[in-house]
Amino acid sequence: MLARSSLRAARSARSISSPTVTSDAQRNASSQSSSESAAAWKSNGLLASSTLLAVGSVSWYYYQFGRPTQAMTPAEEGLHAPVHPWEHTKLYKTFDHSALRRGFQVYREVCSACHSLQRLPYRKFVGSFMTVDEAKALAEESEYDTDPNDEGEVEKRPGKLSDYMLAPYKNDEAARAANNGALPPDLSLITKARHGGCDYIFALLTGYPEEPPAGAVVQSGLNFNPYFPGTGIGMARALYDGLVEYEDGTSATTSQMAKDVVEFLNWAAEPEMDDRKRMGWKVMAVTSVLFGLSVWVKRYKWSNVKTRRLAYQPPPPNAQKQPGSVFRR
Amino acid sequence: MAGVLGGIYNSIVKRNAVFLTTIFAGAFATNIIFNIGADSVWDQINKGRQWKDIKQRYMGDQEEEDE
Repeated sequence: MLARSSLRAARSARSISSPTVTSDAQRNASSQSSSESAAAWKSNGLLASSTLLAVGSVSWYYYQFGRPTQAMTPAEEGLHAPVHPWEHTKLYKTFDHSALRRGFQVYREVCSACHSLQRLPYRKFVGSFMTVDEAKALAEESEYDTDPNDEGEVEKRPGKLSDYMLAPYKNDEAARAANNGALPPDLSLITKARHGGCDYIFALLTGYPEEPPAGAVVQSGLNFNPYFPGTGIGMARALYDGLVEYEDGTSATTSQMAKDVVEFLNWAAEPEMDDRKRMGWKVMAVTSVLFGLSVWVKRYKWSNVKTRRLAYQPPPPNAQKQPGSVFRR
Repeated sequence: MAGVLGGIYNSIVKRNAVFLTTIFAGAFATNIIFNIGADSVWDQINKGRQWKDIKQRYMGDQEEEDE
């Protein structure tokens, strides 16, 4: 289509530029038509080849530089965790604090063997899922260093509410040495620190297959988990049905425990979430009233502007021009 | 209508001290009432989920142990 129209344009241009040719063309039409068809072939070919060149270079460029790049294979990325409808992540829902209590029980009885929770003090538990006395009793189970006494010796004292949770290992090196070189991450902020958050941790905890699929390479000392980037994870499956006994009678299935501990870890990462959401909806309520007010004020103030009518009265045609009435550039 | 507005004007707006006092007292009262109302709606939505809804179970245990 493009080729044809451009040809037509070229032909008409030629006929305009040389009007003398037309008389020749009328005289010997046969020779004229052959040279014209040759020219048509030439420009057709030019057009086709340049189009091919353009398309080819663009596609070559896309092939070289335009495709999405993947630094890692899908196995190295890890499976994407399925998204679950978490109740506590809804905008108008708090944490389920009995689930927090269960989740902390799971953390204490299972996770805390390897994973620390060092950014949480015992006082945070009070009023969230523990009474003061329970939290105090829990704190007193661990021993902390005192300040140096008169002789410069550091003694041990039972923990207080203001103390932070103790790590299971003295330091990261001790943790690595005890876990085959793999460092169990601190869980205080883990739901914020991993892509997928709650979904990822839930999928990781419940996603261990009975045995690795055929063809999967699992290094010695590692376990196969498709959700873990690289699929080889130092942590073995930790949650089994009936591993803990909940005091409120909830049946401790693997997924129930995983759900509870994930909610607890989310609380550990965002203990302010309940207050944040409550304040947030108050702010939204007040702001929407203020927004409605400001809309009304705007309409009120602008009503003069919006309802006025501009009329142009042309001057009478033979009016005397006043000095200053003429618009000069 | 005019009578009501006139009454409001005469009783509140006419004297600046009364007007300002009314505004401040009204702001405090609105704040308190709004907070109470909003919190009660929030607690209604999240009934049974918050610590204050479930703490009775554990507080009760504590008292029995104390005895």
